Amino acid sequence: MTVNDEVLINVDHVSKSFTGAVGDTLLVLDDINLDLRAGEIVALLGRSGSGKSTLLRTIAGLIGPTSGSVRYRGEELNGANPGAAMVFQTFALMPWLTVQDNVELGLAARGGVPADRTARALKAIDMIGLDGFESAYPKELSGGMRQRVGFARALVLEPDLLLMDEPFSALDVLTAENLRTELMALWAGENFPTRAICLVTHNIEEAVLLADRVIVLSANPGHIRAELRVELDRPRDRRSPAFAALVDKLYGLLTGVEPGVTEPEPTEATPTSRALPNATVGGLAGLVEIVYARGGSADIPDIAAELNFEIDDLLPLVDAAALLDMLYVSSGDLELTSVGKEFTAADIQTSKQIFATQVRTRAPLVRTICKALGASSDGSLRAGFFLDLLRRGFGPEDAQQQLDTAIDWGRYAELFDYDADTDQITADPAAGVVAPATV
Amino acid sequence: MVMLRTFPTRGALDRPTRNISADVVVFIGAAALLWLIVRLVQSASIPWTVEHAPPSVSTDPADLPYYAARSLLRMFAALGLSLIFTFIYATAAARLRRAEKVLIPLLDILQSVPILGFLSVTITGFIALFPGSELGLECASIFAIFTSQAWNMTFSFYHSLVSQPRELDEASRLLRLSRWQRFWRLDLPSGMIPLVWNGMMSFGGGWFFLTASEALSVNNHHFALPGIGAYVAAASDGGELNKVLLAVVVMIVMVVGVNVLFWRPLTAWAERFRVEESEAAEAPRSLTLDVLRRSNIPRTIGRPLGLLIYPIDRAMAVFGMAEHPLRTSPVRRRVGDWVFGAVMGVLIGYGTYRAVEYIATTVGLGEVGHALLLGLVTFGRVVVLLVVATLLWVPVGVWIGLNPRVSRLAQPVVQVLASFPANFLFPLVTVALLATGISLNIGGILLMSLGAQWYILFNVIAGASAIPNDLREAAANLRLPRMLWWRKLILPAIFPSYVTGGITAAGGAWNASIVAEIVSYHGITLTATGLGAYIRNATEAGDGGRILVGVIVMSVYVVAMNRLFWRRLYAISERRFSLS
Repeated sequence: MTVNDEVLINVDHVSKSFTGAVGDTLLVLDDINLDLRAGEIVALLGRSGSGKSTLLRTIAGLIGPTSGSVRYRGEELNGANPGAAMVFQTFALMPWLTVQDNVELGLAARGGVPADRTARALKAIDMIGLDGFESAYPKELSGGMRQRVGFARALVLEPDLLLMDEPFSALDVLTAENLRTELMALWAGENFPTRAICLVTHNIEEAVLLADRVIVLSANPGHIRAELRVELDRPRDRRSPAFAALVDKLYGLLTGVEPGVTEPEPTEATPTSRALPNATVGGLAGLVEIVYARGGSADIPDIAAELNFEIDDLLPLVDAAALLDMLYVSSGDLELTSVGKEFTAADIQTSKQIFATQVRTRAPLVRTICKALGASSDGSLRAGFFLDLLRRGFGPEDAQQQLDTAIDWGRYAELFDYDADTDQITADPAAGVVAPATV
Repeated sequence: MVMLRTFPTRGALDRPTRNISADVVVFIGAAALLWLIVRLVQSASIPWTVEHAPPSVSTDPADLPYYAARSLLRMFAALGLSLIFTFIYATAAARLRRAEKVLIPLLDILQSVPILGFLSVTITGFIALFPGSELGLECASIFAIFTSQAWNMTFSFYHSLVSQPRELDEASRLLRLSRWQRFWRLDLPSGMIPLVWNGMMSFGGGWFFLTASEALSVNNHHFALPGIGAYVAAASDGGELNKVLLAVVVMIVMVVGVNVLFWRPLTAWAERFRVEESEAAEAPRSLTLDVLRRSNIPRTIGRPLGLLIYPIDRAMAVFGMAEHPLRTSPVRRRVGDWVFGAVMGVLIGYGTYRAVEYIATTVGLGEVGHALLLGLVTFGRVVVLLVVATLLWVPVGVWIGLNPRVSRLAQPVVQVLASFPANFLFPLVTVALLATGISLNIGGILLMSLGAQWYILFNVIAGASAIPNDLREAAANLRLPRMLWWRKLILPAIFPSYVTGGITAAGGAWNASIVAEIVSYHGITLTATGLGAYIRNATEAGDGGRILVGVIVMSVYVVAMNRLFWRRLYAISERRFSLS
């Protein structure tokens, strides 16, 4: 399909903030400007927490923006977008309706003659490859077939815009690949009623495989980091150099520091100015070991492909390793630092000590906890105190996640201990946390 | 388009084959049901006045089947009303933001008010509503049963509306379903399983209130409706113990019959609404449902009804789309909130003022103190009941729950015990008390426990059978001594179920106190000191002020106990002892 100038969706200075239970506001989207034109596929790519699902839902008309407007064909949305249909990550099929009833549901909502509805539904089921399964229930279908029903339900309405929220991430790799290929075949054919597709993904290869434009979103607050045009011909070859170059570039965009944004140094940052990445000690140590085994330097896309990790699994580990100065990250490549080498080569007790030193100096939240414990009268504090501190800068779930990570790292490093019954963090006397002049 | 060859999955080929004998069975059953309903509705409209109302029913055993059928009809009428109430109330509470803040606390309070306390207030009202016919009394009885079923079902439906999977909600909004369509295609099916289970539990509890409401004295009049509860009351007054036993047998048959013919097929059918991707480990099976599925009749009836769906959908589109506008002016919203809050405040303030004034002028506010003291006595009984029931039934429940063979036999028995109306056994216990000379102050505890303790047993069995096998194997491997096995494995594991059972048992005990603290047999009446007796006496005397005081004080006790004790326990059990 060729791109023409017809603008279907216009997102104009859209910001979205959520108010928490205690009255704090969390800015999820910050001044987003976006146009979706007929004839193009746009991918919204970003890590978890970057607001890409929220942005998709504002386009769908499910969430209203706090400021700014979303227009469909010039008209501002005040409810569900009449020209859009959505395919969900978890399929969102009604389990008590058969395949045919599920596909007909949108048509039933629009009214129309029952015979006509049945004919159209059967045609859509046929197009998507589920002929023969009309009277099956979703429980009887595999994941790939359920998603096909989701596609049929969306496409039978002949929407202008097809929105997809991580449609293939709940499927196994082979089924997902199969469905992607079929979707592209449908898109290239003449009978496809949809004019534009917008999909949310956290799989970089999927974005490059499917999209004409990839929009990279960054978190805290969610904003558009970069926009990339993919001008490769379809069907796209994963092994071609141009493809690999684009994937590399995107990894660099997602792991690198944004130009114009200065992040405070780990040794000086406060807990709210630099977030703690969601990484376990085991995952972090494993990543450092893999880089060590490859001779001290590795390419992030290679590691992701080899471990079959999504960016939401791998990038937090990369961030944590960079924060603790065990790996050096630059434009999609990882390099082992001297600390990292020492950490990997040492025995358990020594590596714990190295970890403890790094975490105490470079992880802002752990540093703050240690300082506060040192300043307290009995070396023990309520964990809720730190949670409140984090809530000033992050949403409730994010804050809890960071606190859990800090407690996990602190326990491994034998710096402090946590009692879930009393919600108390208690300094470990042997760690030297509660001593007058620390760090 | 090119596609991979797909084959039908195993489940798709597994539908049961149709069978003519099933058709015959279903036809006969449906015909019998229709005849019964017609007969009963005919006899419900005999002329009747307050002065000439029969104070009791005949104890002729030949009348018993008819009475039993009348009672059953009342139960199902109340169930239908509860269902309609549930749909409207829960939907309003879940969808209207401002209404939710009032409706849910109101429901909480209503749930704590003793049901039989409602009865005395409403009987005179209903009789006045239907002068000249017995319908007023019937309505009061149905209302009493309704109040025992509706709150539970409403809470469960509200809970499932509020915790709907977010994606189903988004999908239905994007598909632009109308409110009517969304209710029938999403809201109701997604809440069906908890609703059916709650309905079953509440229905079982309703038998108690049915029998308590069929024969009572209000305002110095004795009323009796044709029904099995009135039969037992009449037999007990006449000292005919064998007739009471006969009624007990008939009641057991009825409870089991309703279970097999109605509730089990319903719960088995409701499995199709399970939202989780995989089937439940032990799907309930039902013979009745299998017969219905093999018969052609439901399908032939369903087909012409199915043609109605489309025009009804069109007609009900007047309710609007299941959407809410994204942009609302914050000023308008705040003004609306203020107005709503002000109106509510005025209503509540006025209501409280009138209630206090009424109490002050009729019986004086000092009565509240008296009622509080009596409540303390009843509270003591409830506590003793709970402690004894715990010590007795927790070990039994754990033993049954850990033994799959025993629990398969015991589950239906305990289910029947839990729904069997305890007040049927009251005459038997009263005879024993009269014979042994034990005061009702102690014996009342036994009477109250007859209905309430089964909930503890029931829930502990469920909790014990849900203990994961690997925990039990680990305990066996470590060769834990008895004491440690109990303290470290069993008691923590069944704690959440125990708390659920305890809350229900406590509520049931309070309700039972109203009928357990005054009992009579063959003209002899035993009375205990307590709040239940206070309310009963006030009802019989028609003393409005005392009724109000007693009911309010009992509600305060129940709400206080719930908030201060049971809610805390529940929070602890969720935080520390949940197995998920």
